[in-house]
Amino acid sequence: MAAIETERQEPPRPAFYNDPVVRGLFYQFVVGALVIAFIFWIVQNAAVNLAAQNKTTGFDFLWKTAGFGISFSLFPFDRTSFYWEAFLVGLTNTLLVAVIGVILATLLGFTIGIARLSSNWIIARLATVYIETIRNIPLLLQLFFWYFAVLKAMPAVRDSLALPFDMFINQRGLYVPKPLPDEQFFWVYIALALALAASVMISRWAKRQLEATGQRFPVFIVSAAIIVGLTAVVWIVSGASMDFDPPVLNRFNFRGGIELPPEFVALAFGLVIYTAAFIAETVRGGILAVSHGQTEAAQSLGLKDGDRLRLVIVPQAMRVIIPPLTSQYLNLTKNSSLGAAIGYPELVNVFTGTTLNQTGRAIEVIALTMAVYLTFSLTTSAVMNWYNARVALVER
Amino acid sequence: MSKKIISFALAATLGLTATTAYADILSDVKAKGYLQCGVTGGVAGFSAPDSSNNWSGLEVDFCRAMAAAIFNDSEKVRYTPLTSQERFTALSAGEIDILSRTTTWTMSRDTQLGINFVGTMFYDGQGFMVRKADGIASAKDLSGAAICIESGTTTELNAADYFAANGMEFNAVVFVDQDEVVKAYEDGRCDVYTTDSSALASERSKFANPDDHLILPEIISKEPLGPVVRQGDDLWFNIARWTYFALLEAEELGVTQANVDEQLGSDNPAIKRLLGVEGDFGTPIGLTKDWAYQIVKHIGNYGESYERHVGPSTPIGLARGLNALWRDGGIQYSPPIR
Repeated sequence: MAAIETERQEPPRPAFYNDPVVRGLFYQFVVGALVIAFIFWIVQNAAVNLAAQNKTTGFDFLWKTAGFGISFSLFPFDRTSFYWEAFLVGLTNTLLVAVIGVILATLLGFTIGIARLSSNWIIARLATVYIETIRNIPLLLQLFFWYFAVLKAMPAVRDSLALPFDMFINQRGLYVPKPLPDEQFFWVYIALALALAASVMISRWAKRQLEATGQRFPVFIVSAAIIVGLTAVVWIVSGASMDFDPPVLNRFNFRGGIELPPEFVALAFGLVIYTAAFIAETVRGGILAVSHGQTEAAQSLGLKDGDRLRLVIVPQAMRVIIPPLTSQYLNLTKNSSLGAAIGYPELVNVFTGTTLNQTGRAIEVIALTMAVYLTFSLTTSAVMNWYNARVALVER
Repeated sequence: MSKKIISFALAATLGLTATTAYADILSDVKAKGYLQCGVTGGVAGFSAPDSSNNWSGLEVDFCRAMAAAIFNDSEKVRYTPLTSQERFTALSAGEIDILSRTTTWTMSRDTQLGINFVGTMFYDGQGFMVRKADGIASAKDLSGAAICIESGTTTELNAADYFAANGMEFNAVVFVDQDEVVKAYEDGRCDVYTTDSSALASERSKFANPDDHLILPEIISKEPLGPVVRQGDDLWFNIARWTYFALLEAEELGVTQANVDEQLGSDNPAIKRLLGVEGDFGTPIGLTKDWAYQIVKHIGNYGESYERHVGPSTPIGLARGLNALWRDGGIQYSPPIR
């Protein structure tokens, strides 16, 4: 019986229009061309219609005098400033509330999330009530509540509530003395920076020491001693002095000091309270996603309670927590645009509100504003993705 | 707020996708059977809804007068409440046919936004309102005050100009929605509420204790408020403009809602022309011969509308002042209808 000769042969080449590679390229080309044509059509159409409506267009307005005032800005702004400066005021005000909001919401969110898993019945219930209440009321309503309800409860300017250390609180905001460091303070800053660097090095050394010998080193106490001690010694030796410019009541309001307007406080407060509820749920989910076996394994290794959380549970939970946490950060940043409703001069209020109306350049202003939020969001995403890649499970 | 941003973005998109210019608004309005009129969210006396959502006010009357001229029926109007920020976008996107919303006529608006101002329904000026308890007698005392302002208004610019010109400082607290502005002032966030003095009077009439508040004597700006149409449709512009003039002319000739039928038999040639008894001035602007008769029949003349909504006998209580006819010492003046 002769063996059946099977000859391996190349499959017949398909016609070029059936070639998957050619087809793939073709479809990509078609999609690309359609997208470009669509964008071109939109731009063209907008230009034609704007011309037909006799509207002036272009970004030249950015270099014209704004002519309006802004109640709260991180740098000087008045009616003689330019529109691009108004844009910058809006942008920095948005950034300010977003950064402070993200930091505080993270702290509060982690606390509440862990509290909800607490074995203490009352603490766990309280956390649940907080989360369920806050998550299920629209943010805009909450902002109105914090702004108008809290504003009403505050004393009028002449009956300002005096707090310790020359601080005052009234309907116009919170006033704290402004620190006025003198020139010698330069050395204190340097000492502080050195002390911080030293404490970072100590904690790294202590970690290596622990891994190598099992010896523990009291990192926290030593670091704190260095930071406080070194700074204090340099402060005294250099003769640096810190003056304070306290707020003083004028005819209408306080002058001097640092002023935090109620719009800012209400917006930051509302955003933190709201976003923390979502972060808390994310944290809870992340911790629950680590199987109980990990805890038991850590216990059987003899790890202390704190080390068990820090070295075993949290690193694994972070993998689950980071992606949704990023979304919450993005939400908080974008939600800050609701500040326009309660008079906080952030980007939407100052730029798409006042500027758009005074200049009538709707498309330009909206496009710039969208570009800003897009940049904020992509930057946040990039940073969080980088962090996520660091904590992600490395498969070996 | 987010809803407003959405409608705002939508309006911007609508402006983009509309591929044809708005050539013939009158035909469009006749085809759909009603006039879409952009108004305020509620400024008593100018445009405000009552409890059953019937709109009334001086500026609402203008829209109703146009509907009467077009449809012989002043009820064929639908209202779109707009914030200051939304108004021009809504108009140029074609969401509304006419904007009658306490809008100040300025050169940049008239020449750069693709819109035309029809005339001045109300000559106004910006003023300041303060609490009586604060003991302020003049706007010159306001240096350092916190001032509540609505965003996207000439008010914002005037206030900055005025304080700079007088070497004073102020702290502008700006809100998107007028309701929030008033609420913030009432709650004590600001020492001063500033806007057109007519609107100050209107808002004060709504306070729990109007007598606790004082409108300062200084008027710091010229605020001619009038209806606005899109550029590019001269016929529509003419209809709007002559509706306004017809209201004035009727007052000047003594034609009122009550006596208009009687006046049809008048021997005065000017009245005959106004009411379409002699000559035909309606057909050339796409209306009927008795267009002005319909306006007066449904709305009355300008003076009647003024007395009804903002005059001294109303809670708003504004004297005619500049808004009186030219022969009574005001500056309201209609070119002859002939």
